Amino acid sequence: MSGCTGCEVAIADNYAGLLTLLDRYVDWVYDLTLADVRHIPEMDVALVEGSVCINDHLSVEEIRETRERSKIVVALGACACTGNITRFARGGQQNQPQHESFVAIGDLIDVDVFIPGCAPTPQMIRNVCVCAYLLLKGNDDQKALAGAYLKPLMAAAKCDPAPTGCGHACGCDLIVGVINQGLCMACGACAASCPVRAITMELGKPNIDRELCIKCGACFNQCPRSWYSFDVTNQYESIMETIDAAMAP
Amino acid sequence: MVQDNFLGNYTSCVAARSTNRGILAGSQDGGIATGLLAFALEQGIIDGAIVSMVDPSEPWKPMPFVATSPEELYFARGTRYSLSPNLALIKEATRSYGLDKVGIVGTPCQMQGLRKGQLYPIGLRDVPDKIALAVGIFCMENFPYQSIIQLVEDHGNTKLENVVKMDIGKGKFWIYTERGAVVQLPLKITHKYEQPGCHVCLDYVSNLADVSTGSVGTPDGWSTVFVRSKKGNDVWAKAMAAGCFETKPIEEVKPGLDLVTKLATEKITKNRKSLEERAKFGIGKGLRNPYI
Repeated sequence: MSGCTGCEVAIADNYAGLLTLLDRYVDWVYDLTLADVRHIPEMDVALVEGSVCINDHLSVEEIRETRERSKIVVALGACACTGNITRFARGGQQNQPQHESFVAIGDLIDVDVFIPGCAPTPQMIRNVCVCAYLLLKGNDDQKALAGAYLKPLMAAAKCDPAPTGCGHACGCDLIVGVINQGLCMACGACAASCPVRAITMELGKPNIDRELCIKCGACFNQCPRSWYSFDVTNQYESIMETIDAAMAP
Repeated sequence: MVQDNFLGNYTSCVAARSTNRGILAGSQDGGIATGLLAFALEQGIIDGAIVSMVDPSEPWKPMPFVATSPEELYFARGTRYSLSPNLALIKEATRSYGLDKVGIVGTPCQMQGLRKGQLYPIGLRDVPDKIALAVGIFCMENFPYQSIIQLVEDHGNTKLENVVKMDIGKGKFWIYTERGAVVQLPLKITHKYEQPGCHVCLDYVSNLADVSTGSVGTPDGWSTVFVRSKKGNDVWAKAMAAGCFETKPIEEVKPGLDLVTKLATEKITKNRKSLEERAKFGIGKGLRNPYI
């Protein structure tokens, strides 16, 4: 869709790991940038990058086709999840000045999983891919673990938990969803996760420069007090070992 | 492996203190965090560590800091009882500082943020695989810096510049000055100045750290140490073999593990209740519960 291809580059930034994913777990059936396939085929999982320009018939048609032909639709990256920087678009750019209206893919179709971030990190994409595979093909223990891992990302696609400022995904989510709710405990994860350094920690709390914020939602999603699963983190060691084993050369 | 609802998973628990007198001189209790990170740094187990040091511009104001030498680690000894968002530097440590093996000290909630960040690295590119050692500390609650000013200068009637040590123990908040005065405040006074976010915290002894440590459970000058993960076991065994710490079985010291369990149970039970109260905070409307 309408994106910068950074999310797709982030997939490739798994380097040899991408080859492992393709060798063992994934058949790559469609990709405008990297595969010579013109039409959207039937798919188990579609990773969608970018928001949808509703002024562009082809984009709208393709996001509809993607939903119809995929069992699972994953919004890959902040533009697909929540709109991200395309929320600032107002048209007037050559060579299609009338392209001025961009929406998150979830505004037009049901989305099953969010992978937020601008760009999403290679490790996050890797973790989701391995867990999705284990959910479908693993043994019972692996299925349970992978299911617990993916649950918050599936909930995020349904705008849960609220109130998160969902659909806006700017630094103000931290204020509205965390600080206003009496939940911030000064860990600094938000500041570390901001790709544009819009967040500084002042007296332990995030201070957001809204002029810099691109509305990617990384800060809120990285925050351990936005959503947090004891089921998952209490098993962090075994999950990381499972992923490492799945990716071992 | 012991699995405890309140103390988390751990493979061993001991009373310990550093054998390095220089470290002990300025540390809060047994010098475990400083001693273990200094050992890991010297051995190349970590390239540096995110710790909390005092902001040179204001007395007792903590700030996160990336220490890349034992000398820098020594600056960070001791407890400040105020907010130091150490995770804010977690990506920077792997970028500007170029660390491939990062050590970090943090509170239980910061350990939760760290592990969430490793499993869900939404904005933490290339960070998850570079966390080599996470030392967690025991934590009942924390205070904004302005609360510390309020407590020390207003309630304690003591200039913050003159304070050499603060401590919470034996049911009191203790302030020690450079002239030898000791001020004690009952915790009844300090409660209202606590950071609100601490009241939903369900971890007292850093259950997700590789090694966690705190004063509760052991005599003055010693620390209680939980060794938890494979990484924790590995580095702790090496540090013991190198003679970095002297230890006693936790069963042989007073007040022992019972007190740790008691305080952990109290904290977590109180905060579970606070989560329940938040759910019906308004009329037919509640405050958000972050735990899913």
